[in-house]
Amino acid sequence: MTDLTNLTLADARDGLAKGDYTSVELTEAHIASMAAQRKLNAYITETPEQALEMAKASDTKRAKGEAGKMEGLPIAIKDLFCTENVQTTAASHILEGFIPQYESTVTANLFGNGAVMLGKTNLDEFAMGSSNMTSYYGNVINPWKGKDGKDLVPGGSSGGSAAAVAGRMALAATGTDTGGSIRQPAAYCGIVGLKPTYGRCSRWGVVAFASSLDQAGPMTRTVRDAAIMLGAMAGHDAKDSTSAPMAVPDFEAALSGDIRGMKIGIPKEYRVDGMPDEIARLWDDGVAMLRDAGADVVDITLPHTKYALPTYYIVAPAEASSNLARYDGVRFGQRVMEDGDSLDDMYMKTRAAGFGKEVQRRIMIGTYVLSAGYYDAYYNKALKVRRRIYEDFANAFGTVDAVLTPTAPSAAFAVGENSDDPVKMYLNDVFTVPASLAGLPGLSVPTGLSDNGLPLGLQLIGKPFDEETVIRIGGVLETAAGFDAKPAGLEG
Amino acid sequence: MTYILEGSTGPWEIVVGLEVHCQIIAHSKLFSGASAQFGSEANNNVSLVDAAMPGMLPVINAECVRQAVKTGLGLKAKINHESVFSRKNYFYADLPQGYQISQFDKPIVGEGTIILDMPDGSTKAVGIERLHLEQDAGKSMHDQDPKYSHIDLNRSGVALMEIVSMPDIRSPEEAGAYLTKMRAIVRYLGTCDGNMNEGSMRCDANVSVRRAGAEFGTRCEIKNVNSIRFVMQAIEIEAMRQIEVIEGGGEIIQETRLFDPKLGETRSMRSKEMAHDYRYFPDPDLLPLVFDEAFVSEIEKTLPELPDEKKARFMREYGLSAYDAGVLVAEQEKAVFYERVAKGRDGKMAANWVITNLFGALNKLGVDVSESPVTAENLGKLIGLIGDDTISGRIAKDVFEIMIETGKDPEAIVEEKGLKQITDTGAIETAIDEVIAANPDKVEEIREGKDRMLGWFVGQVMKSTGGKANPAMVNKMLRDKILG
Repeated sequence: MTDLTNLTLADARDGLAKGDYTSVELTEAHIASMAAQRKLNAYITETPEQALEMAKASDTKRAKGEAGKMEGLPIAIKDLFCTENVQTTAASHILEGFIPQYESTVTANLFGNGAVMLGKTNLDEFAMGSSNMTSYYGNVINPWKGKDGKDLVPGGSSGGSAAAVAGRMALAATGTDTGGSIRQPAAYCGIVGLKPTYGRCSRWGVVAFASSLDQAGPMTRTVRDAAIMLGAMAGHDAKDSTSAPMAVPDFEAALSGDIRGMKIGIPKEYRVDGMPDEIARLWDDGVAMLRDAGADVVDITLPHTKYALPTYYIVAPAEASSNLARYDGVRFGQRVMEDGDSLDDMYMKTRAAGFGKEVQRRIMIGTYVLSAGYYDAYYNKALKVRRRIYEDFANAFGTVDAVLTPTAPSAAFAVGENSDDPVKMYLNDVFTVPASLAGLPGLSVPTGLSDNGLPLGLQLIGKPFDEETVIRIGGVLETAAGFDAKPAGLEG
Repeated sequence: MTYILEGSTGPWEIVVGLEVHCQIIAHSKLFSGASAQFGSEANNNVSLVDAAMPGMLPVINAECVRQAVKTGLGLKAKINHESVFSRKNYFYADLPQGYQISQFDKPIVGEGTIILDMPDGSTKAVGIERLHLEQDAGKSMHDQDPKYSHIDLNRSGVALMEIVSMPDIRSPEEAGAYLTKMRAIVRYLGTCDGNMNEGSMRCDANVSVRRAGAEFGTRCEIKNVNSIRFVMQAIEIEAMRQIEVIEGGGEIIQETRLFDPKLGETRSMRSKEMAHDYRYFPDPDLLPLVFDEAFVSEIEKTLPELPDEKKARFMREYGLSAYDAGVLVAEQEKAVFYERVAKGRDGKMAANWVITNLFGALNKLGVDVSESPVTAENLGKLIGLIGDDTISGRIAKDVFEIMIETGKDPEAIVEEKGLKQITDTGAIETAIDEVIAANPDKVEEIREGKDRMLGWFVGQVMKSTGGKANPAMVNKMLRDKILG
């Protein structure tokens, strides 16, 4: 926890450019921080030797004047991205020991732009969860502590990434977001999380959870950092048929600080029953900040919001039940069987031992909603509702430039809490899921602390492929909120 | 002609629908860049996508789409400008993804028609319900190891067209004619090689029986029959089984059955209760497949003349019977061969020579028209020699025998062997006079009215000229001399 680990991505980039320090020095500082905070369990696999090699190579590259957009910057990679020759587990027992012979497009883009990989971060198994409690490799502990000092969850599923960035164990990290898996842990850990528009970043090489929702994005300590990192991750990829054939704009240039005259919508449906006062207050404060900055804040309606969560919990498990069929013990990962077992025995034993309870639950829900006789009542209806949710946003974006909501209905909760009640756990995604279903960009910015001293985030939702607007507004919100609190032990 | 199976309680009609899987001729697989070559070493043509490694995604191969559209056009079918890929979910060791990417409610090709050419020269139209694109599975090998099955993923992900007929087929012969025609069409189009023994064309048959004019009965699906002959056998055997069950007071259960050609029976594979619930849903990794009319018309321009059109043209241009034309167009190579023979000659005579003499001889040799020892040019020359009276039809048969054996030019054979027809009246007259002089009694018989004895004289004259005399001239001159 030296000065080098406290830098923003932007500052570290500029410092490297000026020669204030080398990538090797930056990387060594982070490796030390990772080692010192191993009890938080943010990483499943640390790759210090590889990181130092990459850093050395990067310093050489820089010396030749060939610096990329993220040259020499040490970052963490969520263990859902396949990384060549580095174990990729998706936090599941079934993939334990799986070493891909290929590099995901997003990580290849990042490394191509000079980024240095510190290791693979922990997550909920197959990205299914909101607490990081479902990881086979143990839960992650949030670097933040409440007044009672209890261990808290970092959120999920990108909880390891969020904890690593908040705990200064990486300058930034990749996350993936299916129903809120970047934004919710970002809010719980007091960092910035950006889920881009569906199709902005390639899904090739990312272990699939729900194909029509999964989207990779940056998790950083500032909005500017998110803009820098998104620019280095995104881009059309012919290997992903759902990747958008669009040019990548200069996201950092969107940070003009000027939102005068912009229209920002406040959806009344998000003011849910029983919303904690501290969340309502945070939201109102956010409205005031944007007004003060010259934006026009208006009330809007997104009438189908209440159907978003049930719709999500049909669509996502349905796709997952099919996507996870490939983990069958035949070609890679775990295989459990005894002599004389049939193929079906092998499937059942392998999958029963390899998948945790939450993954099994979602596979069963997904199988059920797709099965003959139930398809129309569940899956097909969910697709129709999903369309309505998209149309709600499309209508709203006829008048507003972005939508402001809380990111999550609460601050981080204690480890073990909510674990026995999946429905209560699913409610954590209530504010993030609608933008996921509509494929829209969503940015979580930390703007305040809870009564218990824990970070809280606000979410900005933008038009399709208009990350620039959410980044611009997010930057203004960030400046106005002046959120500078740090997790316990890092205050110095 | 109605095909009827006699049961113990009366006549039964059979109802058949066929599902044909055609492996598409393409350089690479439906959703990956791996080679679609047949016969490579096990697991050599396998990409990360075909092995369903984590995070791998399918990307549609435009070449396969063009081939499917081309086949749809060949079947005179509706081309759907928007179609959707769906996942068909089931577990099997040679299905790496745990689902097959197929098309369910929105196939690339809709309804069409195929015209069957029956052996008696009649035709029958059978409806095509749909054609859709899908991935093939890999291959499980259970005989490589005492304990384990081996998996070869070379075929995993190779593009298939599944072509589904309407239940319009009413006899094993029609089923045979359907498959023969389907194979001819895809071969003409170059979209599938149609080799059933290599598995690049496979057939499932849905069979039911009913009393004439009654509602359709419950059907059974016979899976993966690997030759046209076996399909025909399987249909008949399955229909007979169903009749026996029904007449014995039983009921047909809808199920999947396997045909065992050795035992000549079909066996239950899995019943409806055990049937998979495939949980079809649109594949979220793929966008709907959309193309415009220009894409279709570009493909339309590449269509060859297809068997039906060729048959009609052969009947019109060469005056062939429907049967002969049907035989000649059944394979593109045969039709091309025939046209080269017939060019500028008597089309009917050419058809007779090609069908009766050449195909007969090739059949005996067990070779294809492409390996014929007699080239189309030489067979054409032979017909030319008959046409200009250089040789008689009878001599031509001898020359043809030599051509089959040696592959030589007929003109050279005729020259070498001195087989040229004698059309010189003097030479023929000499031969006639000799025969008349030697047989005065027989001449007398003719003059007394035994006209048919004239044929004997013709034979004698032909014999004495070594078959080379022009038979028509011999006939006329004999008649003039004896009866004149």
